[in-house]
Amino acid sequence: MPEDFKPGCARPTGGPVGDTPVIIEPESASARKEEQKPMIQVGKKAPDFTAPAYIQGKFANVTLSEYLGKWTLLCFYPGDFTFV
Amino acid sequence: MSVDSVFVHKMWNDNELSKMVTGGVPFPMLSDSGGRVGTTYGIYDADAGVETRGRFIIDPDGIIQGFEVLTPPVGRNVSESIRQVQAFQLVRESKGAQATPSGWKPGKMTLKPGPDLVGKVWEVWKTSMAFDE
Repeated sequence: MPEDFKPGCARPTGGPVGDTPVIIEPESASARKEEQKPMIQVGKKAPDFTAPAYIQGKFANVTLSEYLGKWTLLCFYPGDFTFV
Repeated sequence: MSVDSVFVHKMWNDNELSKMVTGGVPFPMLSDSGGRVGTTYGIYDADAGVETRGRFIIDPDGIIQGFEVLTPPVGRNVSESIRQVQAFQLVRESKGAQATPSGWKPGKMTLKPGPDLVGKVWEVWKTSMAFDE
């Protein structure tokens, strides 16, 4: 039977249950992980990216480097409707 | 930016946020489903499949001047983020000649680091200045 859960400030998610499945990662995948290591440091360049966005009634792709020349705040959050 | 789709962003903005902020969210609500950007910025929680509350201040040259990361249940302090941007702007305008001591905000004294100030900060700056009145 589904059990009620209390909604909190993290987006509710699930996951595998029972025995932990053995995951054999192909070599290319682990190499890719290496590449994606966080490279964030103050005084260093902000990694550029493009992402789809909702802006005042429209959908558009936004690229961080379009904001060069301006002070920019980039904010991440756990999910829409997460209360705080 | 969150892992939600732009469609969910639209629903959240149009049905809730626009009731808190006149005209709705004025800046782009970015979607990072898959968390690849969040991973690059080191704030993606792969176990939960969501991004934590990371906030990055990026200057006009694209350089990260500061960041803050909080776990989900604690909201940010927007005034503090604005204060930090104001401080970085002042430092940038002075081409690094001025520095903003602890608790600085617009109108409060800045310091001019140099040989004459070494060991003399206590004469010009008091710890009470670190706090709001």
